[in-house]
Amino acid sequence: MAAIALPSALPTEAATSVGSPALNIAIFAGFVLVTLVVIVKIARGNKTAGEFYTASGGFSGRQNGVAIAGDYLSAASFLGIAGAIALQGYDGFLYSIGFLVAWLVALLLVAELMRNTGRLTMADVLSYRLKQRPVRIATAVSVLCVSFFYLLAQMAGAGGLVSLLLGVSGEAAQNLVIAIVGIVMITYVLIGGMRGTTWVQIIKAVLLIAATAIMTVWVLGKYGFNLSGLFDAAIEKNPKVGEKLLEPGVKYGLNTTTKIDFISLSLALVLGTAGLPHVLQRFYTVPTSKQARKSVEWAIWLIGGFYLLTLVVGYGAGALVGSAEINAAPGKANSAAPLLAFHLGGSTFLGIVSGIAFATILAVVAGLTITASATFAHDIYKEVIKRGDTTNENEVKVARIAAIVIGAVAILGGMFAKSQNIAFLVALAFAVAASANLPTILYSLFWKRFNTRGALWSIYGGLISTIGLIIFSPVVSGKAPLVEGGPSPSMITNPNIDFSWFPLDNPGLVTIPLAFFLGWLGTVTSQEHNAQKYAEMEVRSLTGHGVAKALDH
Amino acid sequence: MSNDARTLRDEDPYVAMQSTDEFQELRRKFRGFVFPMTAFFLVWYFVYVLLSIFAPGFMGTKVFGNITVGLFFGLGQFVTTFAITFIYARWANRELDPLADALGSKLDGDKEH
Repeated sequence: MAAIALPSALPTEAATSVGSPALNIAIFAGFVLVTLVVIVKIARGNKTAGEFYTASGGFSGRQNGVAIAGDYLSAASFLGIAGAIALQGYDGFLYSIGFLVAWLVALLLVAELMRNTGRLTMADVLSYRLKQRPVRIATAVSVLCVSFFYLLAQMAGAGGLVSLLLGVSGEAAQNLVIAIVGIVMITYVLIGGMRGTTWVQIIKAVLLIAATAIMTVWVLGKYGFNLSGLFDAAIEKNPKVGEKLLEPGVKYGLNTTTKIDFISLSLALVLGTAGLPHVLQRFYTVPTSKQARKSVEWAIWLIGGFYLLTLVVGYGAGALVGSAEINAAPGKANSAAPLLAFHLGGSTFLGIVSGIAFATILAVVAGLTITASATFAHDIYKEVIKRGDTTNENEVKVARIAAIVIGAVAILGGMFAKSQNIAFLVALAFAVAASANLPTILYSLFWKRFNTRGALWSIYGGLISTIGLIIFSPVVSGKAPLVEGGPSPSMITNPNIDFSWFPLDNPGLVTIPLAFFLGWLGTVTSQEHNAQKYAEMEVRSLTGHGVAKALDH
Repeated sequence: MSNDARTLRDEDPYVAMQSTDEFQELRRKFRGFVFPMTAFFLVWYFVYVLLSIFAPGFMGTKVFGNITVGLFFGLGQFVTTFAITFIYARWANRELDPLADALGSKLDGDKEH
């Protein structure tokens, strides 16, 4: 999950003079070095697909829960949400709640049943009782699309953070940092596989949550642990918004369209999380459904706790740094948390927070890359191209090559997209996950009658309608410029090009119900039903029977 | 898989298991818990979202100091999310796992003999 709003174009000329770029870089390099040592030490060769994609299900629920938090809490959720709370107050908080509540879908409906019926990829579950080839292809296409948009957002975010955190400016320097992030990520994935990536995520989650907790206590300490006093100071330092900082509507309450847009976004957030492939992949890294349950339990405590801390950090940045200084900094809202760190603990603390922000991007992109390469190697190469007839070694070899290719695509995509508004990429990833993945996941786990046509219509219908509506929405073209005569905040910045006709930035309100409907319609118009496979899937999903056997695979 | 002692010998073990009362009980229990709970948290979440979007004034009403109704509602979302997590995990560990484990070993038993 990335940004609320890494701004559409980070000013590259005005790098911050706060803090010490050398120190920031040193701390980031230190993180990379330590994690690489850890990865090399624990690497087990990644000889089998099960080891490479899922660490052979060898993590405990608690470890996996921390890793999930590390996978889910991206740099932009740290920087973006804190910044949104600092500048827009309550609306930033409102946004973070959707990301948390979404985990209940995973806890109650998805995690345990997925663990019990799948082995290596999301398509294992979706194709379980349906026709293998078409459903695997459809699922793989959707998984690769979601992962691609999400990766692009993270890589673009890395570029955008550069001018903000490392004080380097200019096109070449940003490209260089994107390339470094990409290369380190590929190294993690190739050496460490899922086992190494999981440890990177665990280390990062602990650092991120600890740093945020320290900032929270520090801020609260300055206001005598009086939340009301902190709010007072935040209101005082943000005269333009003033008292409205404490009520919803500053960002999303402008007019009816923005209001409906927020409902649409909320729907995509709350239903998208349990359809994110890299999140689902994490459930395969534990041995049993009981451990999968424990993973989500831990993830909810950590993610929920983190967003509560972010509330204080956000208002703290509003109070101690102030909206004027945040808006004047490169990166604007995204600089709120680092600037707060600077105000609290000077260059050293800023360096620590900046280093952690970068580490955060690395851990997220590594998880995405593993998932995408597993999907390509297992679903496309092994099951579709080779029709299941290939060795484990070949499959892993293909997965490794896929990881390199995906990494390269992410680097190039990140360079291309770095000046774009990345918020829409994240919204797109969540909207695609909620529309193309979740209906089919729920139908195949819970609806007896569900069949191949239903799955294909729902997946392709959800995917095509989501991407199609985004293309014709204001995020791609036709937004009015923020300042008279300035560029439009749409992806196509020329305000004269406008082919948008769909009014909402986020299409979830239309595409999610549509995908559920198409899944139903496709199913009832087809006679296919495999009672034996349904019985097998249902019994295994609830009893966990056969999971141990599957792990040997 | 060949099993002469089994009562439902001609059937696939999973099909046989699916039609047993014990399995149907497990299924009913599971769905009876997670479906209403899902409905509850989704409704409660969207009530919160809709109130925030369409009644910002109400949400901005101060209860004491600068602590608003909206803050209570927002923190309420955290409280319910944590509570549902806690309640479900305890319930599943206590009610669901023994049933599921028993059925799982029964299937293993069926296959071994």
